[in-house]
Amino acid sequence: MSSTSNTSTHHTSTIGSIGAPSRRNTELALLVFAVVIPVFAYANVGLAMNDEVPAGLLSYGLGLGLLAGVGHLAVRKFAPYADPLLLPLATLLNGLGLVAIWRLDQSKRLSNYAEAAPRQLLYSAMGVALLAIVLIFLKDHRVLQRYTYISMAGALFLLLLPLVPGLGADVYGAKIWIKIPGLGTLQPGEFAKIALAVFFAGYLMVKRDALALASRRFMGLYLPRGRDLGPILVVWVMSILILIFETDLGTSLLFFGMFVIMLYVATERTSWIVFGLLMSAVGAVGVASFEPHIQTRVQAWLDPMREYTLSREGVQDGIVHSEQAMQALWAFGSGGTLGTGLGQGNSDLIGFAANSDFILATFGEELGLAGVMAILLLYGLIIERGIRTSLAARDPFGKLLAVGLSGAFGLQVFVVAGGVMGLIPLTGMTLPFVAYGGSSVIANWALIGILLRISDTARRPAPAPAPNPDAEMTQVVRP
Amino acid sequence: MSELTLTVMRLGFLAVLWLFVIVAVQVIRSDLFGTRVTQRGSRREAGRQQQPARQAAPPQQRQQTGGGGRQRRNAPTKLVVSEGTLTGTTVALQGQTITLGRAHDSTIVLDDDYASSRHARIYPDRDGQWIVEDLGSTNGTYLDRTRLTTPTPIPLGAPIRIGKTVIELRK
Repeated sequence: MSSTSNTSTHHTSTIGSIGAPSRRNTELALLVFAVVIPVFAYANVGLAMNDEVPAGLLSYGLGLGLLAGVGHLAVRKFAPYADPLLLPLATLLNGLGLVAIWRLDQSKRLSNYAEAAPRQLLYSAMGVALLAIVLIFLKDHRVLQRYTYISMAGALFLLLLPLVPGLGADVYGAKIWIKIPGLGTLQPGEFAKIALAVFFAGYLMVKRDALALASRRFMGLYLPRGRDLGPILVVWVMSILILIFETDLGTSLLFFGMFVIMLYVATERTSWIVFGLLMSAVGAVGVASFEPHIQTRVQAWLDPMREYTLSREGVQDGIVHSEQAMQALWAFGSGGTLGTGLGQGNSDLIGFAANSDFILATFGEELGLAGVMAILLLYGLIIERGIRTSLAARDPFGKLLAVGLSGAFGLQVFVVAGGVMGLIPLTGMTLPFVAYGGSSVIANWALIGILLRISDTARRPAPAPAPNPDAEMTQVVRP
Repeated sequence: MSELTLTVMRLGFLAVLWLFVIVAVQVIRSDLFGTRVTQRGSRREAGRQQQPARQAAPPQQRQQTGGGGRQRRNAPTKLVVSEGTLTGTTVALQGQTITLGRAHDSTIVLDDDYASSRHARIYPDRDGQWIVEDLGSTNGTYLDRTRLTTPTPIPLGAPIRIGKTVIELRK
């Protein structure tokens, strides 16, 4: 090895930091784009269904534009270094959701929700208002760390609310709503998601060393000590209890999955993932063996055509048979690669929940594989920005919180999209931002607000290091 | 509305949707930030001074102790961090003393709870043999599995463990 060949390996280097630019103008340009696309879609639906540009085009476009503008100004003022993509991506998904809901409102076959789109616009406005509130009042996400155990108690309280007699509302088998007299229904689980992420982040930040280091190695896996298994068991039991008492497979999967993801990120131990998968499989199979509501869902997943036939024949055997799962698959099938065009599909045949749980089927039919892939990519980009934020964050709490929130967001998309497409049993969850539902939209805007706050802190240029008074006075004697 | 218009709108909408995705990805591509490592001291690389790198080694002292140009057969040419938060960092061995520790003026600044601020140093002796010496650290420096008590020559590829960080010398 001669010394000349050494010169290709670097030997002396200095580090400078490249600060992230603020990129607010990029965000504004993307936001304009993200408002124009849904307006285009809105006009397209109107032309296809009623042969005219819809009368509400201007007010609808202005409404969405106003939301985007308020969100942008809030970010520009209160989180100037935040990620430039989160807000436009969320706005576009929200806008596309509004178009799809409006399109299903127009359908003659679905008379039960003719006024859903204006209400969804109202919910979106409340969501963006909450985003602004989060950005204004949450100056530093590390403040949340103080409320680790309070947010755990809050999350449990929210989760238990639907079980309170008189307050909970049993909607088609799942008890996940609460009735607020005069205001309508609320799904507290959506807000519990954020509170739980705060709790897990605060808890794991303190306990991660014990969880990561104190373990025995067995067959290539690091087995944690019994006492460290405690918290994961508690969360597991909690999610199983949700599954039993509220018969909500999705929420239970979401919380447990979020915990396992954050545990893995905190400890870098693959064994937690193995344990998590095993435990969720055991839990799901165990509960499914005696809970009829879950059994029906599994039946409809394994053989949707049978459920469809039973539903058509009106078989009365004590179980509610539904043709939704099959109709959703047909919707995807008839969409093909490029879709039938907005407003020209028959996804309204799904009937009940066509604009909430099953809204992806409408996109699948009218935009085809190409459109669904683009929408899934938009979700993927939001998750990617969340994880990038987590990588850039300097404090462990922020890292864990960002990973937890984006992981929960990703899991929710997977659970809904997988359910509608027949990959996993269908669970009653909403597609974030797109599906009709006030709680979901509002909670997810708050989630984006917290991610924006973390990314603002992470990307803000570090202050110049304080001059070290010792540096000049001390002489270092080197050997 | 005619069939043609609707088809054009349908394909146009998909195109616009994908255009948004592509623009978003372009924004990500141009959104790089972090640290930039600037190369110094290499005549070959004088032309391209700036090269971004994921892992950054801190500025090294340019101490030319010992024989700078002396190279033996089987002499290690670089120090590689193989475990720990700095995994992948390499430092070329040019006859200079390498200090390891949490102190910010160390050659390799260890971000490791188990490392002392001036933990260990690695230097060549007069024959060009690389030596590792523990500088009185709290948790010790391990060569293979033995805790160092005296300055010890480093065999090629032997792991030196400091807390959760493992470094080794390679050719």
